[in-house]
Amino acid sequence: MSTELLQAAAETNQWWAIGPEMILGCAALGLLVLEIVMPKDKRKLIPHVAMMTLLVVLAGVGLNFDTEWKDQELFGGLILLTDAGQVARVFFLLSSLLVCYFGTVCLPRARAPRVEFYHIVLVVTAALMLLAQSNHFVMFFVALETVTIGFYILVGYYRESTRSLEAGLKYLVLGALSSAIMLFGIVLIYGAVGKVGLEGGAHTGFEFSVVADFLRHHPDNFLATAGALLVLGGVAFKIGAFPFQIWIPDVYQGAPTPVTAFLAVSSKAAGFAVLLTLVHRVFAPLEGVLVPLLSLLAAATIIMGNLSALTQHNTKRLMGLSGVSHAGYLLLGVTASISVPWAAGAVWFYLFTYMLASMAVFGVMAHLAGADDADQELEHYERLARDRPFLGAVLAIGVGSLAGIPPLAGFMGKLLLFVAAFQAHLYWLLAVALGSVVVSIYYYFGWIKAAFFESWQPSGNATSPSVRPVPAAPSWVGVAVMATLALATVLLGFYQAPLTSWLLK
Amino acid sequence: MLTNAHLLQLAIATPLVAALIIACGLPKRFSIRLAAIAFTVPALIALWLWSKFPAAGAQNYSFLSTTDTGLSAFGLSLKLGLNGIALPMFLLAAIVGLAAGLYALRSQAERLKLYLLLLLVMHGGLLGVFASVDVFFFYFFHELALIPTFIMVGIWGGRDRNYAAMKLTIYLTAGAMLSLTGLIAIYVKSGANSFDLITLRETLTADPLRVTTQKYIFGLLMFGFGILVSLWPLHTWAPLGYGAAPSSTAMLHAGVLKKFGLYGLVQIALPLLPAGAAEWAWKLALLAGFGNVLVVGFITMAQRDLKQMLGYSSVMHMGYCFLGIACLSTIGSGGVILLMVAHGLSVALLFLLATSVHHRTHTFDLAEMGGLAQKTPVLAALFLAGTMASIGLPGFANFWGELTIFVALWNFSPWITAVAVAGVVISAIYGLRAATRVFFGPPSEALQRVMAEHPPADLDWRERLPALILLAALFFFGFYPRALSEPVNQALTAPPTVVTAPASFHR
Repeated sequence: MSTELLQAAAETNQWWAIGPEMILGCAALGLLVLEIVMPKDKRKLIPHVAMMTLLVVLAGVGLNFDTEWKDQELFGGLILLTDAGQVARVFFLLSSLLVCYFGTVCLPRARAPRVEFYHIVLVVTAALMLLAQSNHFVMFFVALETVTIGFYILVGYYRESTRSLEAGLKYLVLGALSSAIMLFGIVLIYGAVGKVGLEGGAHTGFEFSVVADFLRHHPDNFLATAGALLVLGGVAFKIGAFPFQIWIPDVYQGAPTPVTAFLAVSSKAAGFAVLLTLVHRVFAPLEGVLVPLLSLLAAATIIMGNLSALTQHNTKRLMGLSGVSHAGYLLLGVTASISVPWAAGAVWFYLFTYMLASMAVFGVMAHLAGADDADQELEHYERLARDRPFLGAVLAIGVGSLAGIPPLAGFMGKLLLFVAAFQAHLYWLLAVALGSVVVSIYYYFGWIKAAFFESWQPSGNATSPSVRPVPAAPSWVGVAVMATLALATVLLGFYQAPLTSWLLK
Repeated sequence: MLTNAHLLQLAIATPLVAALIIACGLPKRFSIRLAAIAFTVPALIALWLWSKFPAAGAQNYSFLSTTDTGLSAFGLSLKLGLNGIALPMFLLAAIVGLAAGLYALRSQAERLKLYLLLLLVMHGGLLGVFASVDVFFFYFFHELALIPTFIMVGIWGGRDRNYAAMKLTIYLTAGAMLSLTGLIAIYVKSGANSFDLITLRETLTADPLRVTTQKYIFGLLMFGFGILVSLWPLHTWAPLGYGAAPSSTAMLHAGVLKKFGLYGLVQIALPLLPAGAAEWAWKLALLAGFGNVLVVGFITMAQRDLKQMLGYSSVMHMGYCFLGIACLSTIGSGGVILLMVAHGLSVALLFLLATSVHHRTHTFDLAEMGGLAQKTPVLAALFLAGTMASIGLPGFANFWGELTIFVALWNFSPWITAVAVAGVVISAIYGLRAATRVFFGPPSEALQRVMAEHPPADLDWRERLPALILLAALFFFGFYPRALSEPVNQALTAPPTVVTAPASFHR
């Protein structure tokens, strides 16, 4: 290897370009140090340090949104900063900020380590951000595994809860399986594309552009196509698409509520960020296979998610299974985006509205959960609107937005996806989606019903027969956070300019 | 400068802003006063705009204003304005909203603040529906008004409220989804890249869609809107929902919100998809004529519950409106608008009075009632007037609507006209029989006991005022129908708003 080569490689190592991720990584380590250094009574501040870091990084990314490294291959082709990547960074930072806040609400209730949670969340956030910018299958896989391993720990975080441990184990086994599938796919692609000789060290069959180039010239190469499908299968596991959705209800129920929120929002969004990159940049030449495959996947996911959510009484399982149907709607958008380019922006718009609404609902759930975090039943919401009107209102707005009821943001998200699907001529898929929206009204409305409509109780029996946790009063920060989420959901329903001017350029 | 266009925006914004202020925790006493103002302001503005409505505006729309909400790249922006069809409906929404609001102010409902808040949101949505020139916002405001309905039925509803709320939600969401699909289909297929009704009309008049496409889209809209208007056999949510709904909600929904679908058919579907409408006209006429008018008419006759009976009768009267639309003629569509306004006023009046009857008799069962006229003469007089209006007696606005539709229907098919006229007889039978049962004859033993315990008082002013507002409007339009027919006629006959070439579809 000559020195010029090393020099050329070093020139593309623009460390500032991944500054946000590096700050997060350093801060994560810093948190652990702080736990050792700080006196015991001051350790309550550690979560705030984590949140401040996220906030600062978020501000930094926001200020440098149009960076000078945009659309350049960095680190010898490992990373490519794009507009979508920047949007993803903002998304993951926002979502992690909220997850950390929910952590401060939920974690003190259980006997669990207090600092590691924030450490892992920061590391996972950095990995998520790198994942969205990866331009190379090695980078892609390493970032993805960092995320996944972080989640293995987080899901089983309540070590004294059997549910949490069970969820952790299930996620570990199935997650490892999906990683193996994906790795096998990457290897097949490598085998088909790569020249094993290391001349110049460039054409290794891992770079996205090289793979895309190869597929363009050999669109019917069996090995590469099979590899592509296996990689997509691995991604489908992340987003919880049919038939890889079986892990969702148990894991969502067992995981601590903040982690459930993290899984439901960030992990799913990461899957879609990756999917959009793969579909548009890497596997674009396989359009003929992708469109029918993704349509089928979307339809099955929508139907499966909605039907299985119908009978759920546990709110965490409900969020999980209804989340599956949201993944289906998003897949519809991804499918449409193959022929209607602006639909990719619509997918991100939907993801943002989904984050706002889901986080509002998870915020309410975090305040309602009792000692047993996995035991959150619909019946516990009885009289919520009367006892805690604020939580009731936030819940109604969040659930309403998830159901896609106008004038809330979720409806606008669905509308954009449906218009895109119409323009992409996906008529039968659209019919499935519209029918499912009606079905989903049943269970979402049931939730609102549980919180708002009082069922008849025998008058002599004043105390409710089932023992249910008393909803905690949100602190003023909690009120501010949830009010912001709810208000943003309402305002985006009326006035979409803040997001659309940014996402749908 | 405050122009009339601003006033139109103000009329829609007032109830919504008032609802927001109440939501922020205004004390109950002030909430009630604020709500009273917020219900009155739109009514005053509507009357003012009606008096200022010009003989002809640009593209037939007046008071136009456009606000960009961030999706203008998709041709989607909040465009408000009124044309000759929208104006009467806007006026109807404002008047019924005022009456329902005034009635709700003094109601004994628990959680009154939430009740008023939801009612205000609903009112704002209703006003928005008829003032929207943008097809998307037309749908959007409808949903804004619809959601509070579900919640109000669920919280303050009567018997079976949980079941009714769920059924209402699922039916109406299904209808809304179908119509949304139809509207998106128009948007995509027209190629205008705009949800603006004026642009869509111009594009589709110059370059109509293929007949098969029109047929599919009109079918989507017909059934989508049809569910929302309770087209037979998809009507079963209506009597159940109205039976369970609290009175102000029932007044606003049956009186105004339900007309959304018909308004959509007249304002959007007929002018944009004339050939599609021609394909479906006979099917619609048969469904409405035999289903809504005859079958539901007979079902109404068999009702024992006063509120259910009113619910069924409103389903039946919607049949006339569908028949008017099926005529595909200017005069038929004009009749639909007249009848919608008249029916909205009369059904709201009857729902209000039915609740007043219930307060005095503690039952909705017609078989148990009787003899109320002696105790409460004013209530009896108003109820009879409302019943007469709903039957379509001359002197009330309903008469002109039904007459116009029958005239148009004769050109369409004399046989269907015969069915429709038979419907008038049916509605006279059940209407008058209900009025007799409630107010005349001896009361049942159970009722005598109730009346001995709570001697019934006649209507007080909080009930009388909204009822008189509605009745006055019914009389006014009954004796001076030109107030409505002139703008309607102007909107329906002027290009490019021509509904269809009238001669070509007469059979």
